[in-house]
Amino acid sequence: MRVTLFITCFNDTLFPNVGIATTRLLERLGLTVEFPEAQTCCGQMHFNTGYQRESIPLVRHFVEVFRNAEVVVAPSASCVGMVRDLYPKAAALSGDTALVEAVEQLIPRVYELSEFLVKHLGVSDVGAYYPHRVTYHPTCHSLRVLHVGDAPLQLLRAVKGIDLVELPNARECCGFGGTFAIKNADTSLAMLSDKMRCVLDTGAEVLCAADTSCLMHIGGGLHRQRAGVTTVHLAEILANTESEVA
Amino acid sequence: MTSKSLPMFPQAAKSALANSQLRRNLGKATTTIRNKRDSVVSELPDWEALRTAGSTIKARVMRHLDEYLLQLEASVQRAGGQVHWARDAGEANRIITAIVQGTGANRVVKVKSLTTDEIHLNDALAKAGIRAIETDLAELIIQLAGETSSHILVPAIHKNRSEIRDLFRRTIAQGQDLSDDPKQLAAAARRYLREQFLSAQVALSGANFAVAETGTICVVESEGNGRMCITLPQTLITVMGIEKILPTFGDFAVFLQLLPRSSTGERMNPYTSLWTGVTPGDGPQSFHLVLLDNGRTQVLSDDVGRQTLHCIRCSACLNICPVYSRTGGHAYGSVYPGPIGAILTPQLVGIQRAKSLPYASTLCGACYEVCPVKINIPEVLLHLRGEVTRHASPLHPEALAMRELAHIFASPERYERAQQLARRGQRFFVHGGMINHLPGMLAGWTTARDLAPIPKQSFRDWWRERQKESQS
Repeated sequence: MRVTLFITCFNDTLFPNVGIATTRLLERLGLTVEFPEAQTCCGQMHFNTGYQRESIPLVRHFVEVFRNAEVVVAPSASCVGMVRDLYPKAAALSGDTALVEAVEQLIPRVYELSEFLVKHLGVSDVGAYYPHRVTYHPTCHSLRVLHVGDAPLQLLRAVKGIDLVELPNARECCGFGGTFAIKNADTSLAMLSDKMRCVLDTGAEVLCAADTSCLMHIGGGLHRQRAGVTTVHLAEILANTESEVA
Repeated sequence: MTSKSLPMFPQAAKSALANSQLRRNLGKATTTIRNKRDSVVSELPDWEALRTAGSTIKARVMRHLDEYLLQLEASVQRAGGQVHWARDAGEANRIITAIVQGTGANRVVKVKSLTTDEIHLNDALAKAGIRAIETDLAELIIQLAGETSSHILVPAIHKNRSEIRDLFRRTIAQGQDLSDDPKQLAAAARRYLREQFLSAQVALSGANFAVAETGTICVVESEGNGRMCITLPQTLITVMGIEKILPTFGDFAVFLQLLPRSSTGERMNPYTSLWTGVTPGDGPQSFHLVLLDNGRTQVLSDDVGRQTLHCIRCSACLNICPVYSRTGGHAYGSVYPGPIGAILTPQLVGIQRAKSLPYASTLCGACYEVCPVKINIPEVLLHLRGEVTRHASPLHPEALAMRELAHIFASPERYERAQQLARRGQRFFVHGGMINHLPGMLAGWTTARDLAPIPKQSFRDWWRERQKESQS
């Protein structure tokens, strides 16, 4: 199978290791990975902050870049959520019926990494090795927009050497929310401090999630407090094997 | 209603968040109700089908609201009631004041009416020399404290029992030996309220539902005080938003399952009162129904926003909301707090007067998941954010930044150049390998969070390098 990576602008720029891990993981599973260099940003920040019209050129660009892909896989639940949930709205807003149709045809082929592996490929043991105490935070968009269910946990449970511990009150939002983290910084921090308390209560040394944006927020707080907990994207754990440390 | 803007949410939330007693009370109360709801909802195998039914019925009501309203009016009149139409708060208050004055009463007992809070009826009555006494225990508490409601269902959720004991000692239980035992507190309130019920000539109520087919009004409550209110006085005035209609009596089957499980986490509501017009010799002999628009037809005219009117005021979205459960209701600056308030208030009062409310959410989607009538609150939030930016100045720094970023992201070349520029520009902010202070709008990020700098090599750099290596 030929997999086209949508790495997301966020990972491309700020967390390239997540992209590298995703590439290595998919190649290890025998897939052919390609990366169209023309890709930029899905437009989620614009759409969610209220700049819906401004996001239309980005939707158009995304569709142009990925329209011929067999499957598109992204290591980000919120960006895939943007495509699946909000692209139809953005396309409708544009009034361009060709774009509406192109979006409709593309959406069923766009997957978040864990749902691609578990639901599409039917793989939950990817042969990973990760000898650490890990807790998993299900991000809001993976849970309530994509409905990935326990796909990420199935993948993590199959990892050799891992000490996976349950995060209390896991389904509650971490307080990131894109521009919310800045516009409503105080409320965001109140939510963050509760999330950090839950993470610390587990005694985990690693916090894992399917979105680097939420991890940047929680990890930024944990780092400021010198809490001794690292944040790691799901792909980075899954890419790790006994012979090769990702 | 005045045209003043509501307080901005971020600032109002900031002071609420600093109140540790409030945080404790709210956290405890919302967690308890949330868990109760979870357990009674999960025991119903057909919960999702019920939600769909609720949503479908409400959508039909909105589609034919004009016809249902006229049908309701005719049904109520047929049953001996009088119907009044109020375009806005001022008109509703004038109608109600005139009815009360017509009875010669200078005191009314009230129950279950968020809608009367929306139109500030108590203030209007006070100006006419009429005293309104809240009889719902929690509403009585906040009325005695001179405060406003902070939760749709549990208006005094921000108060704990020792605060209530102190309040009662100052007001309705002066000189009484009162502990903070909930039983004792309830008994003190009961003594006070019984006197009010037995002597009141006029009662005011809200309505949870009104059946167009029969003219039946329904109020659901947990204390029984509502039932005293609507049965003992001679005159009963009910104020309801025009969206509260159900087409047929049979529709109760759906909503009386959805509402208690979603709101109090109970299988069945304790006191469900239904009445149809007047019954000679039994209960109030004069019944008035005031139908209130106050911005609702405006909401109805918006394709996306319309679903907001499906709300049955269960408050499940408040209890589950990670923002509400930390800031409490007062930060929303309106009688309708939480996620539903964040979409309802701006539509009722005008987006320009409440433009921070659609942003008072992380879009986590928990509210949509629990809503018994499937209001897609995140969808409406986004729709309203779109309204806010459309009305904002194109020279607003955020608008300028967003347009510039959209321009950059629309081209891979510009995007890559911007990546390189950001990487070079960030050196002014990186200290000891981390960014811990950012300027301007971004400062909100670094007040309590560090930020890792942009790495030297982007993913695309790595990809290109690898392609080159594999080709050589």
